[in-house]
Amino acid sequence: MDHENLKNQILSLIPEAEFRENKQFLEIIVPSAKLNSICKELKNSGNTWFDYLFCLTAIDWNDHFMMVYHLTSTKHNHTLVLKTRVDNHQNPEVDTVSDIWRTAEFHEREVYDLFGIKFNNHPDPRRLFLEDDYGFPLRKDFTDEINMIVR
Amino acid sequence: MEYEDFNDNESLEIFKNSKGNILLTSIDNVINWGRSNSIWPLTFATSCCGIEMMAAGAARHDFARFGIEVYRASPRQADVIVVAGTIVNKMAPVLKRLYDQMADPKYVIAMGACAISGGPFYYNSYSVVKGVDKIIPVDVYIPGCPPRPEALLYGVMQLQRKIQTESISKKSEV
Amino acid sequence: MADEIVKNIILGEDDDYVINMGPQHPSTHGVLRFEVSLKGETIEKVVPHCGYIHRGIEKMCERDTYPQIIHLTDRMDYLSAHINNEAVCLCVENALEVEVPDRVKYIRTILDELNRIASHQLWWCAMGMDMGALTTFFYGLRDREKILDIFEESFGSRLLHSFNTPGGLMNDIHPDFQKKTKEFIQYFRKKLPEYDQLLSGNVIFQARTKDIGVLSLEDAIQYGITGPSGRASGFACDIRKIQPYSAYPKVSFKEIVYTEGDTFHRYKARIDEMYESMNIIEQLIDNIPEGDHALKMKAVIKLPVGEYYQRAETARGELGVYIVSDGNKTPYRIKFRSPNFSNLFIINKLATGFKIADLVAISGSLDLVIPDIDR
Repeated sequence: MDHENLKNQILSLIPEAEFRENKQFLEIIVPSAKLNSICKELKNSGNTWFDYLFCLTAIDWNDHFMMVYHLTSTKHNHTLVLKTRVDNHQNPEVDTVSDIWRTAEFHEREVYDLFGIKFNNHPDPRRLFLEDDYGFPLRKDFTDEINMIVR
Repeated sequence: MEYEDFNDNESLEIFKNSKGNILLTSIDNVINWGRSNSIWPLTFATSCCGIEMMAAGAARHDFARFGIEVYRASPRQADVIVVAGTIVNKMAPVLKRLYDQMADPKYVIAMGACAISGGPFYYNSYSVVKGVDKIIPVDVYIPGCPPRPEALLYGVMQLQRKIQTESISKKSEV
Repeated sequence: MADEIVKNIILGEDDDYVINMGPQHPSTHGVLRFEVSLKGETIEKVVPHCGYIHRGIEKMCERDTYPQIIHLTDRMDYLSAHINNEAVCLCVENALEVEVPDRVKYIRTILDELNRIASHQLWWCAMGMDMGALTTFFYGLRDREKILDIFEESFGSRLLHSFNTPGGLMNDIHPDFQKKTKEFIQYFRKKLPEYDQLLSGNVIFQARTKDIGVLSLEDAIQYGITGPSGRASGFACDIRKIQPYSAYPKVSFKEIVYTEGDTFHRYKARIDEMYESMNIIEQLIDNIPEGDHALKMKAVIKLPVGEYYQRAETARGELGVYIVSDGNKTPYRIKFRSPNFSNLFIINKLATGFKIADLVAISGSLDLVIPDIDR
């Protein structure tokens, strides 16, 4: 489905989506309180059918975090970038999407490990790579004088 | 053996032939010949250097002809541990435990830039151990990223020369 | 608190026997720890623990310039090092909206496919070795040495080349490159049917792999299993067909898709991919156009503000490079969507109900490279 049709489809399903500028893919930003229900709509609706989540990550913008989800449809072959803003920088929390796309369970554990963002209703909220009492390395204000030699 | 005596391979041979009395020298020679010509390594490869270690054991640069006949999976049966690859903070206690479980005499070869000093991950990385000699004592260092299989063979030959200077009467300090 | 969660998640019932296939193990191909809970010899649950080679590459890249990042991406999935490099270079080139010369595209594609054959050879040798067939170790590495000779002549290094750079290649290829590649293809075409027959015609291998570890299409899409492992279950996910890059639009090849999804068909998919790679190289090797080996780029590369994503097909699946730039010479955030990270976590679902010896066959057929999981 091409750009214009996809845009109209999404607007009809999710009236609160705002479109952002992106040269490659169609990009929308949604409020984080409704994330789970919006993702369910996007996956189950026949015209959009976004069933394959291929990248889940977070970006630290110094006073807020931005969660980024890259979705594509195996049936219609269109791609969407879904973003949601997490405002609390000290104790960030957002809903999980692991009940919709199973691969998100492990990507969200990685985001918790590296950024400290907690996911509500996650089935297995443990750290993945680092020890339990280590900080969150990919935050911009992270320093580790003992281990890290900065150049 | 003093650190200053470890100059190059020719002086090592001379050194070996000039220390100790006749009876102990013959026993030393036999024991050292046995130990150095059949060093069995432990299977321990963390990252890219492991592929070059496998290639060194394959058909072209066969290293079974140097005595490294089989790889032992269990540390109790191995003589040398070839640390090939990066060691991170989570893996360091595991490596120390494996080294402690090996039986004497045991040797360590640090293969590749990551095992010598952290390698390409020295700057700006929060979880890499900057050199495996912070955890266990190393006998031979093999530089390269990754070192060629021929470099690994040369390193093993250096280890063999080092073993041949040992003596059962006096503990080697090198 | 963490201990209680761990107790509930990992251990099954109280009389299960939990063993540890620890980080140092000859069959896990790297440092991966499996905590396996068994009833007799049948597996109840497998929990993989990764992080034993987590080097923090994404954080390191935030302080390196774009040509310096290429050297770090080599060391992530070191068996398809060339394809990792190419994905980062393509991302940067698309962001700057520059077009590389055709010569560069052809050479990049030929090197991609040679790298894919070398990687699948190493996989074949390791899978045979894990199941007990030591012959495959020697045959596989012998042929891989021939490809590494071709690489060494042009790049100077066998395994981690870093030959790509944003804008093209670092140097031109050696004049003998075409001749040696053609000789290798002729030699390998005779050998590959022998190797195939050695394992797939073998009754013991078939009994150990047919109907073991079946992955359904639904699960492959839900868990994001790409590469030959996903294609063996019917998931047509080859990025070379969906969003072709470099010289892939100019070649015609078949996408290998099976529907059974068991270990034997994951094995078969990789063997058939080696045949297709040889077809691709034969279509391109005689027609490399003349020209420059690189574009003239500025000394300091700065990407415009924005976000850029590039997908590439490595030997193990879909690699994604996501760069967020704020206009400086280093990226603000770079994320690598690695194929092995997604492929690892299906192992609990595949191995439950089978014997402990089947766990080794299943993880061999998934073809995991552990530093790519942890980055």
